[in-house]
Amino acid sequence: MSFWTRHQIFEKNSIILIAGILVVIAIGGLVEITPLFYLKSTIEVVDGVRPYTPLELAGRNIYVREGCYLCHSQMIRPLRDEVERYGHFSLAAESMYDHPFQWGSKRTGPDLARVGAKYSDEWHVTHLTNPRAIVPQSVMPGYPFLAKTELDPETIADHLRTNRAVGVPYTDEQIANAVADLKAQADPDNAGTDALTKRYPKAVIRNFDGKGGAPSEMDALVAYLQMLGTLVDFKLYNEKANLR
Amino acid sequence: MQQVQSTKWMTHGEAGLTLFFTVAAFLCAFAAAKALDAPFAFHASLAAVASGAAAFAILNRYFDRPAELPPQEINGKPNYNLGPIKFASFMAMFWGIAGFTVGLLIACQLAWPWLNFDLPWTSFGRLRPLHTSAVIFAFGGNVLIATSFYVVQRTCRARLAGDLAPWFVVLGYNFFILVAGTGYLLGVTQSKEYAEPEWYSDLWLTIVWVVYLLVFLVTVIKRKEPHIFVANWFYLAFIVTIAVLHLGNNPALPVSVFGSKSYVAWGGVQDAMFQWWYGHNAVGFFLTAGFLAIMYYFIPKRAERPIYSYRLSIIHFWALIFLYIWAGPHHLHYTALPDWAQTLGMTFSIMLWMPSWGGMINGLMTLSGAWDKLRTDPVLRMLVVSVAFYGMSTFEGPMMSIKVVNSLSHYTDWTIGHVHSGALGWVGFVSFGALYCLVPWLWGRKQLYSLKLVNWHFWISTIGIVLYISAMWVSGILQGLMWRAYTSLGFLEYSFIETVEAMHPFYIIRAAGGALFLIGSLIMAYNLWMTVRVGEVEVTTPLALQPAE
Repeated sequence: MSFWTRHQIFEKNSIILIAGILVVIAIGGLVEITPLFYLKSTIEVVDGVRPYTPLELAGRNIYVREGCYLCHSQMIRPLRDEVERYGHFSLAAESMYDHPFQWGSKRTGPDLARVGAKYSDEWHVTHLTNPRAIVPQSVMPGYPFLAKTELDPETIADHLRTNRAVGVPYTDEQIANAVADLKAQADPDNAGTDALTKRYPKAVIRNFDGKGGAPSEMDALVAYLQMLGTLVDFKLYNEKANLR
Repeated sequence: MQQVQSTKWMTHGEAGLTLFFTVAAFLCAFAAAKALDAPFAFHASLAAVASGAAAFAILNRYFDRPAELPPQEINGKPNYNLGPIKFASFMAMFWGIAGFTVGLLIACQLAWPWLNFDLPWTSFGRLRPLHTSAVIFAFGGNVLIATSFYVVQRTCRARLAGDLAPWFVVLGYNFFILVAGTGYLLGVTQSKEYAEPEWYSDLWLTIVWVVYLLVFLVTVIKRKEPHIFVANWFYLAFIVTIAVLHLGNNPALPVSVFGSKSYVAWGGVQDAMFQWWYGHNAVGFFLTAGFLAIMYYFIPKRAERPIYSYRLSIIHFWALIFLYIWAGPHHLHYTALPDWAQTLGMTFSIMLWMPSWGGMINGLMTLSGAWDKLRTDPVLRMLVVSVAFYGMSTFEGPMMSIKVVNSLSHYTDWTIGHVHSGALGWVGFVSFGALYCLVPWLWGRKQLYSLKLVNWHFWISTIGIVLYISAMWVSGILQGLMWRAYTSLGFLEYSFIETVEAMHPFYIIRAAGGALFLIGSLIMAYNLWMTVRVGEVEVTTPLALQPAE
């Protein structure tokens, strides 16, 4: 019986055809995806990466909501020009607590993986409100509504809890203090700032939007942008230890 | 259950679905009342109204219909079910124009950023997923559902399975589009490219998709032909694989069942791999396998020639679906994804060139002996040119998946150009060709209202595509080169914003190309509308032609 005759079993039997399709399409995915969950070399061992503070997480959710990933990548490739333009190439560990990942696929605007601490808060607030006020040639949309919209701090603990359920190691203490931590990070005079820094090392505590009152969406987004790529100290990072 | 005549009873489907939608209406109204955020309240209300309307429509249809359900056959000929196909064809045209219009708007936003209007609902970041979802899932999806329901009936010589189920699929799918699309405008998104809909839209799509699979599969099972026609293999692979991809990429945990926000189960590098395994195979199975099924039915039908090689189609089928699944990591070259996965992705992407061109050859060579028809039949010309575009972008794709090429092309407009040569040239044209064939068949018209208008559509759109993709090639390669340019002293030559400024003329050319493509589709919509309105009615109902093999 020739190959072509044998193949008729698929042509004449829909269930066998479906089973064949399922087997054939399963192989590639299984081989490429499953090892990422158990190969230890997939995510580097590195000091400094921690879960987002409540305010940073709220800011990240705004980044996700507005679809920033469509024009900004967060993934610096190990190419000479990129490392010189943006900084050390991105590590897998730096986005290990990102649900979803926001590596992006297009750079209509520049990469943001290490934009943290590069510009002042005021720069970000002005730029987000009206990009062309700072960069005349920019094609970025303006987001003036962010500064006018208050954050809803009360639900943030549920967000931390949901993140923990999908694998981000938030502690009970961090969840219990989520609302207080969110408010404290945008208010340097807040009594809870020391506790916040203890729970989230390197957390930047500032009045990001420069305005008083309850934290705004602008506070949250700028807090997120200002921490991007700042958690790992590359002066201490041992590249050889993570060669793969 | 109400009894109108002594013999008229509700079917299990009618009773079950009425109950299902009644319960759903109350649950959704409850969810709307408890909603934590405004978009969720809006969507829950929308779902409550839609469920109520669906329950009412089913009851109304039951009271109006005769006691007997439509017969499977009339005078020994299959009694084809065309209603849901007509609806999906109409929606395809509608969403197509909507999606192209939003595409044109966002292209203009990149050239003239004041068009973002500084409002949340009109900013590029929210409109871009609206564009991609409208053209891929709304336009493309409706074309696929319409053609698959048509082709499976014809090639199996069997009426579509189920009475309400086909309507559930087309209406439910379009409701999914409505919820997803309005969600983007309101800021409801997972921000996973091409998988933006949030958890509740995803759940609803899962239900609709399973019913779609069942309708298609049961129709195949009750076929009168011993062989399953080639196009149906591709449709089946498309439906099954999209289900697997959707489930694999989208598991998410909502923060609250009364809120729109969720967190996806996967994180970081694993999420990236899942995403592009999904993303590339949305291309591979939604935009390729499904539309290859269209090629395998409509080109032989229109050219009135058999498929060039049956054996080539067997090899084409298995090789394509096996290799495609591996190609995802080429979207993650030089990223933090481990090198072994990148290398696998690149290797399989290059191999993928072969089955892709095998399919192209099979489609083009079907024209052997009928090439002269290209001069007289602009619909066939559209179908054939779509296959040529398919060949071009399936060469370009493997080339761009080579790591050194990718280091230049990635993150630039070259990717956008590549996508559009496939999307406008291949998917767009093959869909237009199929709709031009399908509308006269469905509405029993002798021919299209005007072949001359098809000709205009063809040329205007083709010029639009050429402008679009060449502008993106130039801008993409230019920007990639500017990013890596060094001065003689070893400094980076250009700041980032200088490379943005250099894009401006090409963004205008691209928008002009998009505008031409949109104008072409408006001509098409007019032509199809007039075909239905004033087209000459076909006198004899044509027999199903023997499917080409």
